[in-house]
Amino acid sequence: MNGAHDPHPGGPRRAGPEPAAGPAADVASYYGRPVLKSPVWEWGTAAYLFTGGLAAGTAVVAAGADLQGAVRLRRACWLGSFGALLASVGLLIDDLGRPERFHHMLRVAKPTSPMSIGTWLLTAFGPGVGAAAVWELLPVRWRSARPARLLRALSRGIGLASAATAPGVATYTAALLAQTAVPGWSEVRGALPFVFAGSAAASGGGFGMLAAPLDEAAPARAFAAVGAAGELVASRVMERRMGLIREVYHQGAAGRCRRGAELLTVAGLAGALLTAKRSRAGAAASGIALLSGSALQRFGVFEAGVASTKDPRYVVVPQRERLDAAARDRGALSS
Amino acid sequence: MTSRELAAPPDALARANGYEAPPPRVGFFTDTSVCIGCKACEVACKEWNHVPDDGLDLLGMSFDNTGMLGANSWRHVAFVEQPRPVGRQDAGLAGLPTGPSGLAHTSEVVEARLRSAPRGGSELGTTPLPTAPGGGAPHVVQDLGMPTFSRPGDTSGPETRTDFRWLMESDVCKHCTEAGCLDVCPTGALFRTEFGTVVVQQDVCNGCGYCVSACPYGVIDRRPDDGRAQKCTLCYDRLHDGLTPACAKACPTESIQFGPLDELRERADRRLAELHGQGVDEAELYGRDPDDGVGGHGALFLLLDKPEVYGLPPAPVVPTRFAPQIWRRVGAAAASFALAAIGAFASTAVGNRR
Ligand code: SF4
Ligand code: SF4
Repeated sequence: MNGAHDPHPGGPRRAGPEPAAGPAADVASYYGRPVLKSPVWEWGTAAYLFTGGLAAGTAVVAAGADLQGAVRLRRACWLGSFGALLASVGLLIDDLGRPERFHHMLRVAKPTSPMSIGTWLLTAFGPGVGAAAVWELLPVRWRSARPARLLRALSRGIGLASAATAPGVATYTAALLAQTAVPGWSEVRGALPFVFAGSAAASGGGFGMLAAPLDEAAPARAFAAVGAAGELVASRVMERRMGLIREVYHQGAAGRCRRGAELLTVAGLAGALLTAKRSRAGAAASGIALLSGSALQRFGVFEAGVASTKDPRYVVVPQRERLDAAARDRGALSS
Repeated sequence: MTSRELAAPPDALARANGYEAPPPRVGFFTDTSVCIGCKACEVACKEWNHVPDDGLDLLGMSFDNTGMLGANSWRHVAFVEQPRPVGRQDAGLAGLPTGPSGLAHTSEVVEARLRSAPRGGSELGTTPLPTAPGGGAPHVVQDLGMPTFSRPGDTSGPETRTDFRWLMESDVCKHCTEAGCLDVCPTGALFRTEFGTVVVQQDVCNGCGYCVSACPYGVIDRRPDDGRAQKCTLCYDRLHDGLTPACAKACPTESIQFGPLDELRERADRRLAELHGQGVDEAELYGRDPDDGVGGHGALFLLLDKPEVYGLPPAPVVPTRFAPQIWRRVGAAAASFALAAIGAFASTAVGNRR
């Protein structure tokens, strides 16, 4: 904690050393204890934010490659998407308190719960990605057999349909975080969906650049570049609009992750625009930079939210300001 | 009563949730001005509901060694020590700024321990805190500033005596009219009962933990060794048998009152007027207003200081209220994502043809 942190958040200032500047100075709390519960989610959920975005990003690249007949880009991205999807499901189930009851999510469909919406999005998204990946894994010598041709027709159809749900999979995680009482997530609800959409596109495109040959990777480069640029802009806009919670986005692990994310994303974007067309190594390096940048972005946002629940100031100060403003308005009205 | 309340029948909430001919909505009115801090409610709740203990821990927060509501603490008595007199003894009190929850020394000791806890101390009431800050030597003797049973100034003479008051408050799940925990639960484990209360079905909850982050009061938590979310059920089983919840039954001062919510609201209004009449101007009701950020509580409180002094959020808003705005943004972001993909392929297709 820096100097702004008040060791006696409970008390009115006594004479003596200058109180810390800013709204921290007269924040009351119960012995400095948090008001909120810190999230019970561990690193698995943060990692899922990345793998879920990657699964969605690679799925749309794979679908586009399929439509354009870019065979190697298609193959790499369907397999990448399937891998990321499997990792996502594993991470999500592992972070449950009762993993063996994961299927209880399928009991209900609840529009008020972003996690329920996400469950059904993933349920719609998953089978197509799985079928497409199974076809890609089929040995070439079997592919001309009749059942294989049937599988191809089927998997192509539902694979493309999966790609249509991918934008939802890429962005709903922003609602998942934003619709909580966690100040670090709730207060960035305006820009966070765009940060996550950009991050997912950058990672999907970056994966295509890493895994496909140069002559087929042009759409992946374009997608990655647009995504990275979008993420950088959205992330800046998000920061500009922050109030007191800007602190948690700048300090500690969250601050380090987000600074790293910005550096890597800028580097990956530059690589995608400048060298990735000509050099295989350059394309791979840019792809890796974009993937790591996207992952760090997710961990940064996740950690910032967690940190914002551990200090009562982030809860009390904005709420108190709202109350005081309302009281002033009432006073202005009655006088 | 506001016009909206008069218009709404006492079972409106349960009816809106699909119950036919439900009983009236019930709740608690916790009048902290008569609480003596005996913790009978905490004990009665643990016994009746088989809530496990979470280890012996001395927190250094006055007589409060529970710390916070949590998976293993469904009632929590907060103890606030303030160098201020009570109500009538000083009519100028109401103009003072919000008071502290404890003395400077205790706050310092407690804060250091909170900071070194894995969840920042929000797991109080679920697991004990680390013994020494930073996980160092566990046997360092710390002066936690525990209260003694001698009167202030007994040992030193009257010149060191100061004004002093205790605030004690038995906290509980608010059984919100618009409950964040219930709205986000993806399994349907959390549900609205026919009594208008909010309860977790233990055979359904899969421990996803979403409710923990969606409660704006930091009430519900996952029990570490069990993996499921736990909180006050307002003694759902006792209500079925027409019994008073265990905590209200055990409370010796009627600080915790149980009953139909519209009746409790009237009682709370009367008590507030009475206290204001006695010069306790700082008394305020918490969760009484059906137009607040959670649509009002099922469990109301009468407080003698600002909510944050007791560790309560001053003006919480249920996260669900932001859902329309959030989904509009998500929709726009998803559309941008799709457009970027289509654009990327279309532009390269055009580029190839040239
Ligand atoms: S949101 Fe919190 S206080 Fe309200 S009913 Fe749920 S657990 Fe209780
Ligand atoms: S932890 Fe249990 S009660 Fe809480 S949201 Fe998840 S399934 Fe529902």
